[in-house]
Amino acid sequence: MSEVIKVENLSKAYQLGQFSTGTIAQDLNRWWALTRGKEDPFLMIGESNDRSIKGTSDIVWSLKDINFSINQGDTVGIIGKNGAGKSTLLKLLSQVSGPTTGSIKVKGRIASLLEVGTGFHPELTGRENIFLNGAILGMRKKEILRKFEEIVDFSGVERYIDTPVKRYSSGMYVRLAFAVAAHLESEILIVDEVLAVGDAEFQKKCLGKMNDISSSDGRTILFVSHNLAAIENLCKSSILLENGQIVKTGLTKSVIDQYLFNKKSLNAGIGLSHRTDRKGNGKVQFKKIEFTDAKGSLINQLRSGEDYNLILTLEMLENINLNDLIVAIGIDNNKATRITLLSNEITNQLAVNKIKDNLITVNISIKNLPLNSGFYQFTLFAKDSFAILDWIEDATSIMIEQGDFFKTGKLIPSEQGDILVNHSYIN
Amino acid sequence: MIENSNTKNQEPSDWDLVIEPKNSLFKLNLKQVWRYRDLLLLFVRRDFVSFYKQTILGPIWFLIQPLFTMGMYLFVFGELAGISTDGLPQPLFYLIGIAAWSYFSDCVTKTSTVFKENSSIFGKVYFPRLIMPLSIVVSNLVRFGIQLLLIAVAMLYFYLTGAHFNVTLYILLIPILVVLMALLGLGLGMIVSALTTKYRDLALLINFGIQLLMYGTTVIYPLSSLTGNMKTIISLNPMTTIIEGMRLGLVGKGSFQWTDLLYTLIVSVSIALVGTLIFNKVEKNFVDTI
Repeated sequence: MSEVIKVENLSKAYQLGQFSTGTIAQDLNRWWALTRGKEDPFLMIGESNDRSIKGTSDIVWSLKDINFSINQGDTVGIIGKNGAGKSTLLKLLSQVSGPTTGSIKVKGRIASLLEVGTGFHPELTGRENIFLNGAILGMRKKEILRKFEEIVDFSGVERYIDTPVKRYSSGMYVRLAFAVAAHLESEILIVDEVLAVGDAEFQKKCLGKMNDISSSDGRTILFVSHNLAAIENLCKSSILLENGQIVKTGLTKSVIDQYLFNKKSLNAGIGLSHRTDRKGNGKVQFKKIEFTDAKGSLINQLRSGEDYNLILTLEMLENINLNDLIVAIGIDNNKATRITLLSNEITNQLAVNKIKDNLITVNISIKNLPLNSGFYQFTLFAKDSFAILDWIEDATSIMIEQGDFFKTGKLIPSEQGDILVNHSYIN
Repeated sequence: MIENSNTKNQEPSDWDLVIEPKNSLFKLNLKQVWRYRDLLLLFVRRDFVSFYKQTILGPIWFLIQPLFTMGMYLFVFGELAGISTDGLPQPLFYLIGIAAWSYFSDCVTKTSTVFKENSSIFGKVYFPRLIMPLSIVVSNLVRFGIQLLLIAVAMLYFYLTGAHFNVTLYILLIPILVVLMALLGLGLGMIVSALTTKYRDLALLINFGIQLLMYGTTVIYPLSSLTGNMKTIISLNPMTTIIEGMRLGLVGKGSFQWTDLLYTLIVSVSIALVGTLIFNKVEKNFVDTI
C-alpha cells in the first residue's frame, strides 16, 4: 500500500499573551513599557492558560516533533485529552493554519470536515446551499450536479429543498450539511468531532456512511472523537497524542487501552484541587475522589457487578452546618446524557462520615455496580440549606471494565445501553 | 497501518501537496485559484441573491442607491454650491462619477474586512483565500454593470430632450478602465485586510478615509475646473484618470491623456501585486492571530 500522508517533524507553537492584542496603540504601549524595563502590560491575560501547570515560557508547543505516515485506505483515529493537540493537528492537516516547523506531504485531494455546514447562508435555499457548501469543501460544480440526487436523498429533506435553510429545524440543517460532506470525492477525508451533533439515528447513519467510504471506496479517513466507541468501531489503527506529542501509534484497541491506562490510575485517587471550573460559593470544596473495594483497600479499576465504596474528600473553608450538607454525584454516559444520580437527599441520610482538620470525608457504598462497561463522566455537587457550595461538572471520567454482573460470565453488548438491571426469568 | 516515518527515506515521490512553514513569497498558487473558480461564481451568486431576498423591490435596490445619491449631489453641489459640470447635464455627470466611485470604494471597504468577516469559514475549511476578495470584486462588477445600464437610460433620455453631449471612441477604453479600477480596489483592500488582522484600527481608518478620498477625486467636479498645483495633485489619484476617461468616452467631456493612463496602469498593477503578495503571506497564519 502506498503512503498518502507523510508527516515529518511537525511542530506548532503558539505564543501566549503578547500576541495580537489588537491595536497599534497597545503595541506601542507594550514597546514603551518594555523599553523602560517594566512588565508587559498586556501579558496578564492567558498567561496561566495551561491546563494544570503554569509554564515559565510564553511559548506553548501545541504540537512537537510529530512523525507519522498513513497508507491509502486506512481509517485512523486520533485520541487524546482536551489540549493534547488533536485539533491543532487537524488544523494543520487541513491547511487552515500553517505549521511552525516540519512538513506534511499529501497525495491526492484532501477534504476536511472540522464542522458541518461551513458557509451555509441562512437566506439561501437548501439547493443553493448544497452547491455553495460543496464548492467550499472543494467540489466542482459538475461533481455536485452529478451527486445532487444522492445528497438530497441522504439528507432526507427533499420536501424543503427550495426553502431557505433559516426555516429548517436544526436537525434538518445538520442532516443536509453532513449529506454534502459525506459525498465529497476526495481521496482523504479528515473528520473532527462533527458526529456529536444530531440524534442517535442520524449519528448511526453517519458512522455507517463513513464505514462505507473507507471500506468500499478505499479512501483514507482521519477521525477525531471523544467517543471511543465510535473510534474503535471505525478505525483500524489510532494515534494517541499527549501534550502535543505522539505517545503511541498502532492498533486502535491497544492505543485505547494505553489512553485509558494513562488517563486513570485510580490507585492514588483522583485529585480535584487544581480544578478552577467550579460553581457555588466555595465554602466547601471537593478535593479528591477515591474508590475502594468492599474490604476498604484502594483499587485501580472498576468492574460491572462488584461492590465499591466511593470516597469523596472535601475541604471546609468556612463553617457550615454539616447536618444540612447534601453531596450528590451525577453520572453521565459517554454521549453526555445523565443516566443517574447518587444523593443523600434521596436516601435521607447525613452525608458526613467524619471530619478532621477541616477535611470532610463522604463515603458512599455502591452494591453490585449496575453500569455496563464503558466511559462515564462524574459530576460532583454539594449544597447546604442556603446555597450551592461547590459544583464541578465532569469532574472526572471513569472507565468501567467488563465484570460479571449477571453471574453468568456474560454481559450485554455496550451498544445495548448503559444500565444493567438485575433480572431473572421465572419458569 | 501507521508507521513512524522518522527513519524511512522514501524515494522522491510525486506528492500532490506539501505543507511547509514558509512558502516563498511569490508562490501564489494561481492554478489552485483557477480550480476553485466555481466557488467564486457561487460566492458572487450568494452575495447577489442574499442582497435582495425578502425585500419588496428586489434588485431595483441596486438602482435606488445611485439615484438617491445623485439627487443629493444635484441639490448640494449642483444647486447650492453651483460647481461646474463641464457643461454636461448634471445628473449624467454625477451618475458616472457615482457609479465608478462606489465600485471602487465598495471593493476597498469590503475587501479590507475579508478576514474578519469570514474568520468562521476560514477557520474551518481551506480554499484559496484569494477567492474571497476576487468574489467581492466580481459581485461589485455586477452592480456596476446595472448602474451602467442606468447611465445608458439617462443618456438616452438626455439625448431625446436635446442636451449637448456626444459619445466618443474613448468608450472602447471603458473595459480597460474597469479592470484598472478593479485592480486598484482589490489591491488596496487586500493590503488593508492583511494589516487589519493585527491592527483593527486600520479598518476604521479606511472607512472614513475612503469617504474623504472621494473629494480628492473628480466625482463631483471636473478636472478641467482645477488649475496649477491642485490639478497636479488630484491627477496623481489614479481614480481621477479612470473617472475622467469614462466621462470622455460616454459623454465626450473629460481631461484624459495617454500618459495619465500609463501612470494609472502602473500604479494599479503595482498596488494589486503588492496586495496579492501581502495577502498571500498573511492568509496562512491569520487564524492564529485574528
